[in-house]
Amino acid sequence: MDAVFSNFDDYLKAFGLTIGLFVVAGIASLVWGTILAVLRVGPISILNKAAALYVTLFRNTPLLMIFIFMAIAMPVLGYNFKFVEDVEIGGYNVSAFFFRSCIALTLYTSAFVCEAMRSGVNAVPLGQAEAGRAIGLTFAQSMQLVVLPQAARAIIPPMTSVLIALIKNTSVAAAFGMAEAVATMKALTNNNADQRTGIFLAFAVGYIIIVEVVALASYAVERKVRVAR
Amino acid sequence: MTAQESTPVSAGRGEPLVVLSGVQKHFGQLHALKDIELSVARGEVVVVIGPSGSGKSTLCRAINRLETIDEGTITLDGQPLPQEGKALAALRAEVGMVFQSFNLFAHKTILENVTLGPIKVRGMKKEEAEKQARELLDRVGVGHQAEKYPAQLSGGQQQRVAIARALAMEPKVMLFDEPTSALDPEMIKEVLDVMVDLAQQGMTMVVVTHEMGFARTAADRVVFMADGAIIEENTPEEFFTNPTSDRAKDFLGKILKH
Repeated sequence: MDAVFSNFDDYLKAFGLTIGLFVVAGIASLVWGTILAVLRVGPISILNKAAALYVTLFRNTPLLMIFIFMAIAMPVLGYNFKFVEDVEIGGYNVSAFFFRSCIALTLYTSAFVCEAMRSGVNAVPLGQAEAGRAIGLTFAQSMQLVVLPQAARAIIPPMTSVLIALIKNTSVAAAFGMAEAVATMKALTNNNADQRTGIFLAFAVGYIIIVEVVALASYAVERKVRVAR
Repeated sequence: MTAQESTPVSAGRGEPLVVLSGVQKHFGQLHALKDIELSVARGEVVVVIGPSGSGKSTLCRAINRLETIDEGTITLDGQPLPQEGKALAALRAEVGMVFQSFNLFAHKTILENVTLGPIKVRGMKKEEAEKQARELLDRVGVGHQAEKYPAQLSGGQQQRVAIARALAMEPKVMLFDEPTSALDPEMIKEVLDVMVDLAQQGMTMVVVTHEMGFARTAADRVVFMADGAIIEENTPEEFFTNPTSDRAKDFLGKILKH
């Protein structure tokens, strides 16, 4: 354990990066996954199929392969995303590594977000959307005002699982030069082979805390969006 | 009702408002609507009856394009129904619809159910929409329930709210798709009373129902459907006393002799 306490700054920084990847990729996945879900249940056939193809492609591909594609193939193709390093947000520069990791995580996670959303939408009786359309709401309005607010309750448990999986999936970024939790744990165990168990436990506790915060937040939201039928 | 005040019933009564011509609809192998010709005049109350699976609900839902049709044309006030998109949404705002299963928005209060359309579709101010909604809710007898949620109301009350929600859009025509089929007998009357009231005030109505009493009291015309086709149409008096087709005689024989 000493190794962790004497390098506590690195420990915090490592989990800071894990949380950073989770928050950025999480928000991007929720936005993009919701758009995909709306396209999948929407009235335009070509968009239904395009969104279904996207889900098939990215849900069935190992995350590691998407990372390899983003980290190795994209720079070869001429997209290294170095331009993001010129952007400064609140005094911090974003590294191209971080940006590419977030894209890889978002491409992958949004496919699962889409399916979690769709399960929620399917849980809302069809008559609700029909009633919305019957009073003259457009498709977008009936989704936004009638279907999605009611779908929220059914969406939350599977969506929580998707987000928890994302937290753990950020560790794949360790293989691509991101000094997040797993990469830092590896570095510490290399340097302090006698304290492996303690280091491992310290990092496990870090993950458990983050996941529990997300899980507790989801229970709170679930209670709030309850709909009587 | 403002819809009637702004367009006096006498002015346009008799001219066709909803016209279905050569309408065909298939569900896979099932020929759900067979060559439907039907014209509903402004201010007219048309009751559609027939056995289960005869296509009456499909006919009703086709009028605001909740069901698409394979062939033929449907016009509302001279305009053909548009394809999906904003134009279709605008048309649906002109057509009130009441469903068998009420379909009130479960996550919104009674008042919000009635004001949603006027605010989001008509761009009405919230205060104005609420004032109108309260008047409509009073009119259908559920004004004191405005702050509750749909699940807290009885079926009859929910269906009356659904009627108020449709009326809030000031529709040109009201479609009723078996509005009392999911209700207890004693609640049926309170919903039918509201509908009879509406009919007497000159609302154009297409009503799919099994309530023969309503057909006799309020209908200008009865349309009898079987196997996806219109078999017979007549005044309620003529239809119930002298049905001409064997299919209608058989149907009436089954439902009236108890």
